[in-house]
Amino acid sequence: MIRSAGEHGLIVETGTLEVSHRLDALLRDDRPRGVVEIVPGPETVLVVAPGADRARLRATLERLAAEAESATAGAAGSGEPDLVRIPVVYDGEDLGAVAELAGLSPDEVVARHTGRELVVGWLGFAPGFAYLTGLDPALRVPRLGTPRTSVPAGSVAVAGPYSAVYPSASPGGWRLLGRTSLRVWDVTADPPSPFRPGTRVRFERA
Amino acid sequence: MSGVLARGAARVVEVLAPGPYATVQDLGRPGLAHLGVPCSGAADADALRLANRLVGNPEGLAGIELTFGGARLAFHAGAWVAVTGAGCPLSAVPLDAKATAAAGTSGTAVPGEGPPGTAAPGEGASSAAAPGGAGWRAPAAGAGVPFWVPAGTELRFGTPAWGLRSYLAVRGGVAVEPVLGSRSTDSLSGLGPEPLRAGTVLPVGPVTGLEPIVADVAPPRGPRPAVLRVLPGPRDDWFAPGALAELCAEPYTVSQDSNRVGVRLGGRELARAREGELPSEGMVAGALQVPPSGQPIVFLADHPPTGGYPVIAVLVAADLPVAAQLRPGDRVRFTTHRRA
Repeated sequence: MIRSAGEHGLIVETGTLEVSHRLDALLRDDRPRGVVEIVPGPETVLVVAPGADRARLRATLERLAAEAESATAGAAGSGEPDLVRIPVVYDGEDLGAVAELAGLSPDEVVARHTGRELVVGWLGFAPGFAYLTGLDPALRVPRLGTPRTSVPAGSVAVAGPYSAVYPSASPGGWRLLGRTSLRVWDVTADPPSPFRPGTRVRFERA
Repeated sequence: MSGVLARGAARVVEVLAPGPYATVQDLGRPGLAHLGVPCSGAADADALRLANRLVGNPEGLAGIELTFGGARLAFHAGAWVAVTGAGCPLSAVPLDAKATAAAGTSGTAVPGEGPPGTAAPGEGASSAAAPGGAGWRAPAAGAGVPFWVPAGTELRFGTPAWGLRSYLAVRGGVAVEPVLGSRSTDSLSGLGPEPLRAGTVLPVGPVTGLEPIVADVAPPRGPRPAVLRVLPGPRDDWFAPGALAELCAEPYTVSQDSNRVGVRLGGRELARAREGELPSEGMVAGALQVPPSGQPIVFLADHPPTGGYPVIAVLVAADLPVAAQLRPGDRVRFTTHRRA
């Protein structure tokens, strides 16, 4: 289903993050005329296209959404997305608390955090802030009751089903496992972030 | 003021006072929402585009966005400028003779006064005038007209009679360092230059190759009725039947904590049909997002690129600049608009 978001926006309901990523890849590979923004979310892709022929765009989106949903669409887009390796010093303030909440030792927390490949679901909250999906379910812990007023850039954290690297210093309520020296947000770089929806990510003990 | 500025008549605008809140704005950073970057840019983009056109700039050059007027700007070199948006009384005084001018003996200009002659403006023709010296002549400062600000002038903005945001374009554009392709201050993410403060010095870009100044006057559009047309959706089905009718039934009042992110409104509560949180999804400018309080927020230029509260309706694009001019305390009505 495609929903209208004003005169310039269309929201394609994909139902799943995987379909959102495939549709995003299809749209970026062959961007329809007039499309300015393509914003994948967990169950949707927003397409913003001021001045586009709306009926035509809607038809294109319907076709591409069907393609993205079909089982054979695994190869959609430009091949396998990149793998970003993130070296982490696991000395975060909340490592102990996360271990306790998870009923694990701190070493086991680290093993589970580094033990799986994660995938960038989408970015939001702040420029370059990527919600990393695929976290080991054992590491699902609630956010802090009271968010910190400032979390340093490069902090590696978990909350709910997600992990993240804070791209710049900001307030935040996620639980800190450690820190990385890898810059994940640099406005002088092109692109400014190594992440985009669909990017594969691997945490590694530094 | 530094000696360099005084002697060299550098092509800069120096902020003597920013008023309540002032920023550099162009048309923002479209195309980066998937990286979590808000579009930002002039809240009333139409007004910035117009100001730029009036001084022969490309529409997307950076200008200054004032909130509730109140700014004082120093021009050490002459420049063509135009002011649009919220209707601010403007006056100009020689930089070094403020006391005299403040007494009203010279230098004030009537808003809306005619253009400064029809002769093609020579770039820097008057820049030889010594700041505050004998060469200084009061410019025909007014809203909606391009006018020449001679070297050594302080331009003063009063409180707007209507509207919230005024725009100053200067021929050549404000040329601060761009960040991710834009010079806009993004109040949500902190990208771009700091908001203006007393002492901020803004470089002005080159004027070579710009279009000649052809417009004599673009009449200020004045206050418009505070009626905003909305297109239902994308998530109107998350609300109780009749919620759209509720939205349009009675005026809402603009809240004090409105800003460049959004216009916060108080009025009839919009009841949800479903509980729970909407999975985060892309947001557009003009969206009426409804948090659990049931009081809608109209998203402006610095809105977050994604959000988890449902959007009951989205403003017609032409009404976004109207929303951007609403002041705290204003009453505003909504009406549903059927697509042509």
